[in-house]
Amino acid sequence: MLSEESKKELEAALGKYPNKRSAVMDALRIAQKGNGGHLTKEDMDEIASMLEMRPVEVNAAAAFYTMYNIEKPVGKYHIQVCRNISCSLLGAEHLIKHMERTLGISTGGTTPDKRFTLSTVECLGSCGTAPMMQINDDYYENLTETRIDELLKTLK
Amino acid sequence: MERVLLKNHGKPDSHRIAGYLASGGYKALEAALRMKPDNIIQMVKDSGLRGRGGAGFSTGLKWSFIPKDPTLQKYLCCNADEGEPGTFKDRGIIDHDPHLLIEGMIITSYAIGATRSYIYIRGEFDFGAKRLEDAIKEAHAKGYLGKNILGSGFEHEMYVHRGYGAYICGEETALLESIEGYRAQPRKKPPFPALAGLYGKPTVINNVETLSCIPAIIEKGAEWFKKLGPEKSPGPKIYCVSGHVKKPGLYELPMGTTARELIYGHCGGMLHETRPLKAFIPGGVSAPMLTPQDIDTPLDFDSLAAKGSMLGSGAVIVMDNSTCMVKMAYIINRFFSHESCGKCTPCRDGTPWLTKVLRRLEHGEGRPGDVELLESLCTNIFGRTFCPLGDGAVMALRGALKHFRQEFQYHVDHKMCPAS
Repeated sequence: MLSEESKKELEAALGKYPNKRSAVMDALRIAQKGNGGHLTKEDMDEIASMLEMRPVEVNAAAAFYTMYNIEKPVGKYHIQVCRNISCSLLGAEHLIKHMERTLGISTGGTTPDKRFTLSTVECLGSCGTAPMMQINDDYYENLTETRIDELLKTLK
Repeated sequence: MERVLLKNHGKPDSHRIAGYLASGGYKALEAALRMKPDNIIQMVKDSGLRGRGGAGFSTGLKWSFIPKDPTLQKYLCCNADEGEPGTFKDRGIIDHDPHLLIEGMIITSYAIGATRSYIYIRGEFDFGAKRLEDAIKEAHAKGYLGKNILGSGFEHEMYVHRGYGAYICGEETALLESIEGYRAQPRKKPPFPALAGLYGKPTVINNVETLSCIPAIIEKGAEWFKKLGPEKSPGPKIYCVSGHVKKPGLYELPMGTTARELIYGHCGGMLHETRPLKAFIPGGVSAPMLTPQDIDTPLDFDSLAAKGSMLGSGAVIVMDNSTCMVKMAYIINRFFSHESCGKCTPCRDGTPWLTKVLRRLEHGEGRPGDVELLESLCTNIFGRTFCPLGDGAVMALRGALKHFRQEFQYHVDHKMCPAS
């Protein structure tokens, strides 16, 4: 269920648009953030009720956009490594394998302690500082094995 | 060349309004509000500014399609859904000089009579979205947004709308669907957004870089703008360079700078001295790649079109001779396949099929006839899709096949890459 804080944030988002439906992406983002990085059916049903939409319409929107994690909990730190052309040219695949070894998981997996989820993504728009990755909301660029190792140690 | 779009980059607190005002910011808005909207549109037409989002359509002409009826609600949407691999120019403006974009948007809104605008920013750009929201608040506090802006009687409100991970949102009608709360699938055109856009109302959709050119055009004039670069593609251009060069990054240069000047001059040459240039993509992954024999091609709309490629977003991706072209084609097509919105069959089913064939070639499992199969699939996708995503996938692959067909065939015949 949406927290009171999330509901207030959603109320503010509604002011941006002439109709409620337009706030669905904000609502899903706010709900996901408030729920530790994933969306539940209850969240989406509540959003549907608040925005006067059918639950299936909210679900359809959530399923379309890759950043919504429906019923798929992610770790405390969601690591998303870019593997598109510019990052690949500068060794992204090698770094992904290095992270799989270091974290002991395959791409798409979450560590048993629920600390890290490792994903790959198709271009994060940071090609001039490749290779790069995103951890939760933050970008980390010009990556090397050493930089990744140092960074992972700081994420408790 | 004097910097126009990146002039504030590197200055401390370049994202704050105090710094922007100190560099002469919002003077163009003051001047614009003293002009008649039609005169601003004419000035932008005269400048020759062409949209920097990829299509290169005349910006002033696009604005002039908006109906003049003052009783109609009109909208401006800024396309900041930068998602074309290789492209990171808009993020540069958003992160470091958000007021430049905001000033351009207020002037544009005044010219077309829009009282509301939305900046559609891709979801991953959390940092940029927050910077824009903060900058909008600052502009509001100074009276550049809101009611009766600078005593002109013009009122305008600006909002940030965050996408959440779908490349198709960069297609203008899909972007509108997304703001309206639907799956971001493209709409049938006509009607074009200028007549029936956001919420069915007249709407202009422009890219971040395009809108950021507007203050300088107002301040320095259409003639000044026209003198930068080639006659038919004037103005400054942000080239974003990545891949195998010594100094990748953003370079603001006159439109029409050659690939040689960019790669070997500004970017310091190839990353490894012993690995010469094999190919470069001049405008993001949708643009067909070119080879060293095209190195003196001016990077502008018309010169690149004459070479069978396109300027697109101005994203130059450089590859040296260690690069496997089949692997690059696979990565590019994997992207398009992943990002297909699923609305129409040739793209929804065709791009994954291309990716499947390319994957097996790349993994040494190619079959006789695979190269011909790729060509046949391209023929059956190109021009048969609802929006340009399918065409983008095909143009990229056709570019690779045109220049490196033998390398693709080698993968079939020898189950390995000649570049490895």
